[in-house]
Formats: sequence, structure tokens, C-alpha cells
Amino acid sequence: MVEIRFHGRGGQGAVKASDVLAMAAFLEGKQVQSFPFFGVERRGAPVTAFTRISDDQIRIHCYIYDPDVLVILDPTLIGAVPLTDGLQPNGKIIINTQRKPEEFDFSGTENPSVYTVDCSSIALKHGLGSEAAPIVNTAILGAVAKATGLVGIDSIAESIMEKIPVKQEKNAEAARESFAQLMG
Amino acid sequence: MKRVLTGNYAAAYGATAAKVNVVAAYPITPQTTIVEILSEIVANGELNAEFIKVESEHSALAACIGAQSAGARTYTATSSQGLALMHELIHWTARARLPIVMTNVNRALGPGWSIWADATDSVSQRDTGWMQVYCENNQEVYDTTLMAYKISEHADILLPTLVNLDAFFLSHTSQVVDMIDQDRVDAFLPTYAPEYKLDIDNPRSFGSLTSPDHYYEFSYKMHKAHEAAKQIIPEVHAQFAKEFGREYGMTESYRCDDAEYLLVTYGTIAGTTMDAVDRMRDKGIKAGALKIRYFRPFPSEEVRSILKNAIKVGVIDRMISFGHEGAFFTETKAAMYGETVPLYGFIAGLGGRDVSIKDIESMVDKMQAEDPSNLIWIGVKE
Repeated sequence: MVEIRFHGRGGQGAVKASDVLAMAAFLEGKQVQSFPFFGVERRGAPVTAFTRISDDQIRIHCYIYDPDVLVILDPTLIGAVPLTDGLQPNGKIIINTQRKPEEFDFSGTENPSVYTVDCSSIALKHGLGSEAAPIVNTAILGAVAKATGLVGIDSIAESIMEKIPVKQEKNAEAARESFAQLMG
Repeated sequence: MKRVLTGNYAAAYGATAAKVNVVAAYPITPQTTIVEILSEIVANGELNAEFIKVESEHSALAACIGAQSAGARTYTATSSQGLALMHELIHWTARARLPIVMTNVNRALGPGWSIWADATDSVSQRDTGWMQVYCENNQEVYDTTLMAYKISEHADILLPTLVNLDAFFLSHTSQVVDMIDQDRVDAFLPTYAPEYKLDIDNPRSFGSLTSPDHYYEFSYKMHKAHEAAKQIIPEVHAQFAKEFGREYGMTESYRCDDAEYLLVTYGTIAGTTMDAVDRMRDKGIKAGALKIRYFRPFPSEEVRSILKNAIKVGVIDRMISFGHEGAFFTETKAAMYGETVPLYGFIAGLGGRDVSIKDIESMVDKMQAEDPSNLIWIGVKE
């Protein structure tokens, strides 16, 4: 079983990202589970969401404390909330940022692989959200597919077509572009 | 057909597959999406049912009682304060022997105002005469909803069923659910055709004054129906397994055969406990898990036969009966009357507090160390 924890801010689409990733893995025949940290939604407030992917039935029903993969939709969360708590040794961290992976210091976590991609610019280029609040959830999933190999980019695109109600093509294109641009 | 569904959608699609004739429900977090999707399903013609908009949960169940009395198969869903508001009619449903199926999303009662998981709402309805089931995952929610109609409507039972799922941990969590083709559901669950109903061509009186000469026997027969259910529920489970390949019991035991430390629980905590059992087994601790699905009728004999050979037994409750202990702990102890196995009661996860694998492992640590007469609160901030 692979456990993925998403960190974003209200309005960026972290919860939807966890659902779309789960659906993509389901399309590839996996057992999946996705759910948000159950709080009260507020735009801009830190949001956490979870996805589990497994070949076998998933029985566990608690939050993810020791993720294999961290997906950070908003780099301003780094240092503001304890993002890397429990990250498995050799875990993967995927960040929406203009910066390069080597610019991040995750000392305190054991040998993480850091990947970056500028999802905010990709989202804006495809007309997703506004300059003040780009919706980066679909773009970051291309990066997740590339960095983890958990699901294919075609499955992400298919899942977007199923789960995202508007601008489906644009969202799928954003995912494909971040898949191509990922650094790490 | 397999789909990825939330627990709430699994419940709604279960009711849809059961081809209910009437839906009457009032929205309440975290049940709301059940009502939303069912209103869509009825509006778009996928389900040929009457969707009755009501002004409260009390009216929702009242509408179901009326419709069910007239021979309709009905469905409603609620949670927490909504279930509490229904209370008077929850008694009425069972005593009128109406096989209504209701989904309850287990949510804490306020204040402090909480929308999160806690079983106090449904356990508070313990003595109403309803059967009660607790689900661990979304497949179980869908399957249990279908089976609940078949069990409730059995001529030797005729009692309503409350199907419980944990707020958010199931209601808003997406999982793979294998939905059954409609023609196969129809073969498993025929059209509801009660022997007695409100019928203007064949007038009868229901719910009239009952003297002490008869009320006592009414209650006796309800209890006998619960006893019959203990026989019929496994038969329906067996038929479901034969038709659709998924096995259920009134309880489900996991690695119990040679277990020294057995944890008894229900709902989503049961699934997490099974993973915790695997982790403890890897460390050389002989742990096991017993999931209780049916709280009413309570499968005492089954519980006793599984637990009696353990060295120690812990019962995890996501509720507290104030002034005493967790309700499942009380029932488990009663089922174990005469046995010598020490039993521990754990209170965990109230008001949606997360219960992790580490929390469950800590329970077995405490069972190895502490006095079994203690009621143990897990993770409480003193």
C-alpha cells in the first residue's frame, strides 16, 4: 500500500486532487481510498487530504501519519505547518513552486527525493483559476504521476475527464504539461 | 459494476438498487449528500419513487411510517441530532412492525457542537426494537442496505433496521464499491408485499389502544422476532455470499483462532484494528480482532464462543454511556458471563478523534499491564 498526503490551501483543490488520483489508480485496477482531513472549509486555510493505493483491500480508516509521498500545492505552507512529519525514509516530496529541488532543505527527514514544478504558471496558462488564486490541483497530478510512477498520465487525464466538472480538456492539458516539466 | 463511491453514495445507491417506493428525508451534515444524490436519482427517473420533502426528521420518519403502512418500501437517512429528534417515531416504527430501513451516519451530539464520528446517536436508540448494523467500509454499506431490506421484511421478523456508518471516515471517504446488476438485485430482493397494510378495499385498524391483556404479548413477540432474526440473518448472509460472492456475519473474526489478546470493536475502527493486528503479529504478539456488525440483535453466543479462549479481551467503544462504560463493552461482558477471561473497556475516537494503529497497539500494551477493572480512555488530554 502506498500512502499519499496532500497539503494545500482552501480553494486550490487539494481534496479534489486526492479524489482524482484515487480514481486514476482505480482505472488501473487498484484498490483506493481518498478522503479529506475533516474540518470546516475556508478559502486560504491549510487543507490536508489523503489517498491510499493498494493491490489489496484497504481496511485502515485513520489519517495518514507516515506517508510515502507528500504533495505540496502551496510552498508557503513549508515551515508554516509540520508538513514532513512522519514522511517515510526515501519518501518523495512534490512541490508546486518556481524554485529548483536543491533549493529546499528538508533536513530532519531521511533521504527524501524532492521534485518541483511551477503548477501555478501552468494552471494560469490553461485558464484555471485567477492570478491571485490559481487552481493547481490537476496540474500537480501530472507531476505526481511522473515522480512516483504510481499511475500513468493517461489515467490521470481520464480521471480528470470523469471527476472534474468544468474545463476538463484544459485541466488534462495542465496535468500533461506538468508531467513534462517536472524537475527532480 | 465497480465504481469509486463515498459511503453516503454507497448507501443511496443501495436504497436505489432496493427500488424503494418512497424516500422521505431531511438533510443534516454529514448525511446531506445521501439526500442530495437520491433527489437527483428520483428526479432523473432512475428510481421510480416518491421523494417527499419534509420539514424535520420527525416528519421524515412519520412520512415513511405512513407510506410503509400502506404497503410501500421506504427509505430515510439521518444523523445525530436528527436521529434524536426522530426518537418517538423510532419506537413507533418497530412497535408497528414496519420493516423500514434507515441509514444513520454516526455523528456526535452537541454541545460542544460536532459534526464528527461518534456512536452515541445510534446506541441511544438501543431499546426501540430496531435491528442495528455497523459498517466498516463502503462496500459493506451498499451490501448491508440491500440485505437489511430482505432481513427486515422477512415474515418472521418484520422489524426495521438502522444501518450505521461513521461520519466522514465512511460518509465522505471514497472507496471501490462493486455494484450489483439490477436484475440480480431484483432476484435477491423481490417486491415488497406485506400481508397486512392500510387498504381501503380491505379496511383494518392499526396502532389502536392496547390493554395490559395484549401489550405484554406485543413486546414478547417483538423479542421473539429478534431471536428469529439471529437465525435468519446468517441465512440471508449465506444466500448473499452464494449469489454475489461477498461473505458477511453478525460478527467478523480476524486472526482470532490462536489469539491471546483479542480486541472487539465496530465501524471503521474495526478495519484499522485488523491492520494493527497484522502489525502486532509481525512483532510476535498474538493479537486478534472481532468486529461486531449486529448490535441488535446482539450475537451473544457467537461473541462468547470466539472470545472465551483468549487470555485477555479489550473492547473499543466510540461512545460512552456516562456513569458506566462503553455500550459494546457492557454487552460483551454480559455475553461472557461465567467465563474467566479478563475484559478491558477502552474509550476512543469520541467526536471524530482519530484512532490510529499506534492507539490500538497502545491498548494491547495496557491490557498487558493494567487492572482489568479499569475503564481506559485512549489519548485523553487531562
